[in-house]
Amino acid sequence: MTIDTAMTWLIALYIFMLAAFTGYEVISRVPSILHTPLMSGSNFIHGMVVVGALHALLTATSPFGQAAGFVAVALGAANAAGGYVVTDRMLAMFKSSGKAGK
Amino acid sequence: MLAQHLTGLSGLVAAALFIFGLKRMASPASALSGIVLAGVGMVVAVAASFLILFDLDVAARDHLATNLALALVALALGGGWAWRRGGKVEMTAMPQMVALYNGMGGGAAAAIAAAGLAGQETTGPLLLAVTVIGALIGSISLTGSVIAWAKLDGRIAKPWRFAGQRLVNATVFVATVLVGAAAVALHGGPDGAWLAGLFFVGALAFGILMTLPIGGADMPVVISLYNAFTGLAVGLEGFALQNPALMIAGMVVGSAGTLLTLLMAKAMNRSLANVLFSNFGDGAASGGAAVHGEMKASDAGDAAIAMRYASSVIIIPGYGLAVAQAQQKLYELVKLLQAAEVDVKFAIHPVAGRMPGHMNVLLAEAGVPYDIIFDMDEVNADFPNTDVALVIGANDVVNPAARTDKSSPIYGMPILDADKARQVYVIKRGQGKGYSGVENLLFFEENCSMVYGDAQAVLTRMVQAVKDLGA
Repeated sequence: MTIDTAMTWLIALYIFMLAAFTGYEVISRVPSILHTPLMSGSNFIHGMVVVGALHALLTATSPFGQAAGFVAVALGAANAAGGYVVTDRMLAMFKSSGKAGK
Repeated sequence: MLAQHLTGLSGLVAAALFIFGLKRMASPASALSGIVLAGVGMVVAVAASFLILFDLDVAARDHLATNLALALVALALGGGWAWRRGGKVEMTAMPQMVALYNGMGGGAAAAIAAAGLAGQETTGPLLLAVTVIGALIGSISLTGSVIAWAKLDGRIAKPWRFAGQRLVNATVFVATVLVGAAAVALHGGPDGAWLAGLFFVGALAFGILMTLPIGGADMPVVISLYNAFTGLAVGLEGFALQNPALMIAGMVVGSAGTLLTLLMAKAMNRSLANVLFSNFGDGAASGGAAVHGEMKASDAGDAAIAMRYASSVIIIPGYGLAVAQAQQKLYELVKLLQAAEVDVKFAIHPVAGRMPGHMNVLLAEAGVPYDIIFDMDEVNADFPNTDVALVIGANDVVNPAARTDKSSPIYGMPILDADKARQVYVIKRGQGKGYSGVENLLFFEENCSMVYGDAQAVLTRMVQAVKDLGA
């Protein structure tokens, strides 16, 4: 049994459209107090590019492909790890009066 | 085949966790758990990408050991470096750090495209075209973000402008697009590789050229724009790789970043085109009505005592506060005032700090609870009933000229109505103007007094003055 996983371009457009609306709707509810963590958080999310980079590197067959893949993985990993750690640090600092403890 | 299904499934899980995680950022109380969930999604997706090793083509199988070693080294190098840097970076330096990580994402997308273009497998012209567009956007984001980082980090001090710059930039851009189109058309042929190389040079150069002339004060908008660009580039490479999780992650950020960019530009009362193509913010702005009255200086101690016996105080922090590293001192003063039963609020203008919400982060770092911090729209109606407004290191965002003076360059920009408070104190280093170069009418108002000095020193004296009064 094989399932054809190739996407038609139309399905791809559906995904793009739904993702664009999702991003817009989800983000428009974030208060401006959190806009900096939001920006670094969304920065972290496009760090997902590291998955594509790993795909490119692990399927590389030429020295150029390996070099480009290596650069892609290193940059993508930095994007993901850095975006995560700075967002986490910032969010950990936000406290309400109740929890702040005087 | 099983490996392929597992990889696909992990992408689905990751995408769901990302969206759910972002949704939890709607409140500061749940935001931390949101980013942790998104982090789990990322770890799952990255771990699952190694499953592809079970599904490799014959050609790639020969390189398995090398590629696997390269992948692990790249992950450790990139991830480890960013993890350490991100763990140490000062909160005031956060905008340039975000810009740098952001550029790396764009660079990763461009490198994936480069690998794809170099590959000899036969892909359709549609996939190739999408790959090239993603490469263009990703490359611009990479070099543009690096320039933005250098500017915010003070490594490039002045905007770089020359006559006919826009024409040069437009020429480079059009040429790059044409070369990219030719590279797609001739892909696989002898000239394809050279054209692709030339295309990348053009795209990377355009990112630099586009960002150099933009003034430092506009960098927050630019960072946000490149964040959106990187998202788009990632989404497009996801399409080229037929990976729906990448498409979703990229596109969600692409649209979110676009929204943030527009909000940011709106808060500065400028259009995006204006930010990108005009030379605002280099201090050359002039005009504005003649100023009446004069600035009155006041003593830090007197201002502190006035706040101590006020019933309500609104504090308006600006980047000058962060530069003086005086947030801790400020919060000490706030706690003293609160102990004396003064109602203290913080009012934050959308463009306070160096990127949207940056001031909130700086206050959070000092321990200020977020429920006494208010946005411009929430707090503006409170000013007429407020005894004292304390402005620290903010300038243009409280300038009533934005409301009244049609000839002023900042006319129409939404501002905090600090001038409507019964008494206003402004802590400021000297009599200079804000970055827009506009005289601040507030400083000349009847109800406004200036407390000159470094924010750290002034706040220290204020804290002492309140303490001297006893409990």
